[in-house]
Amino acid sequence: MRHDHLVTTKQLSREDIEEVLDRAAEIDADPAAFADRHPTALLGLCFFEPSTRTKMSFETAIKRLGGDTVDMGSVESSSVKKGESLADTARVVEGYADALVLRHPSQGAAKMVGDFVDVPLLNAGDGAGHHPTQTLLDLYTIREAAGLDDLTVGIMGDLKYGRTVHSLAHALTNFDADQHFVSPESLKLPRSVRYDLHESGANVREHTDLEAVLPSLDVLYVTRIQRERFPDENEYQEIAGEYGIDLETLEDASDDLTVMHPLPRVDEIAPEVDDTEYANYFEQAHNGVPVRMALLDLMLEAQE
Amino acid sequence: MSDHELRVSKIRNGTVIDHIRAGQALNVLAILGIDGSGDETVSVGMNVPSDRMSHKDIVKVEGRELSQDEVDVLSLIAPESTINIIREYEVAEKQHLERPDRVVGVLSCPNHNCITNADEPVETKFDVLADGVRCEYCETIVRDDIAAHISVE
Repeated sequence: MRHDHLVTTKQLSREDIEEVLDRAAEIDADPAAFADRHPTALLGLCFFEPSTRTKMSFETAIKRLGGDTVDMGSVESSSVKKGESLADTARVVEGYADALVLRHPSQGAAKMVGDFVDVPLLNAGDGAGHHPTQTLLDLYTIREAAGLDDLTVGIMGDLKYGRTVHSLAHALTNFDADQHFVSPESLKLPRSVRYDLHESGANVREHTDLEAVLPSLDVLYVTRIQRERFPDENEYQEIAGEYGIDLETLEDASDDLTVMHPLPRVDEIAPEVDDTEYANYFEQAHNGVPVRMALLDLMLEAQE
Repeated sequence: MSDHELRVSKIRNGTVIDHIRAGQALNVLAILGIDGSGDETVSVGMNVPSDRMSHKDIVKVEGRELSQDEVDVLSLIAPESTINIIREYEVAEKQHLERPDRVVGVLSCPNHNCITNADEPVETKFDVLADGVRCEYCETIVRDDIAAHISVE
């Protein structure tokens, strides 16, 4: 990796992405060969928001590379509670660790911290902004299932606040991919993402209904419509119901369709889909480990 | 001297910001941090007839030349205005505004969830787009009423 920090997928070229995915494939093929790659490495975990998959997969990744973690713990038990700034917290943890992972509820938090620290920083989600490591594992999953070119991808759900969606949309502009965005009007892509997609010349279409576009899709990436975004519970129930999928919805899908979801899901994918050939979301979550191992391996290697 | 130039008096040394889009003079004063509490003598003409613009605003500030930061922000909200530096009653320099590539520390981000609105040691930075500005941290694009986000003190 030629980047000191990974803040957004916008900074990644196709070559950068393929380098990570290729390394992840090597790791997947022979995990034991990477077991002692970074025996003294300490990864600083700064999670200012709850996280299960991202945090655990980073912990697993560094441990499988032979390293370990230092964890600032919950916000409630840290100096943040005493009013310490994020910039100060990051600069302190930087002194303990060889790389930092940051999740923070404010957009732009990772970019700011990147200005203050010299060790590699990985953005593990900044509010409704970006989630680039999720995107790398998404791309790894897509590559395994359908390849990354000549691809038609549908992205459905909360496109406005969904950071995984923003990062994936930017990353896909590096590939020959048509992107179809499906959401209620109130949760359409934010202006800034639309602006970037337009500037990059991406082939993008927006829809309020999955039906028309579903048969053409190679990948359907479903995201959770967040209940907390709706002041009115009834409005949420109405919309959430329209943007879920079940076996009946998938009747018109191609047999080769891959259904993905960054998880956690609530009720946007019916459990009956889990046992079909379409379902790829648990595999997707498992891919978080080799992909984050690859990323850490490349970034730590570049520091040595 | 034409009638409309007589509406505000000549200044000896300082800056005349001319051809401001009508209605923007008070925003220009806000950018310059002029609220009447300082020592500067300020003359403001609003809705002055103009051959070029039909109506325009004009601001004359005695004893002060604008910094580049101030000029940069002015260019965002009043891009058609001209800046005349006055020395001994004469126009010593005339400057047409050019939009900068970015403005630092002069606009606040309207996104309440942006890290620049938290209590962090960070200055706002905005990229200047063809039709607006964009926060370099949270990437929010502001197209309308940029003047409402001026945070110059």
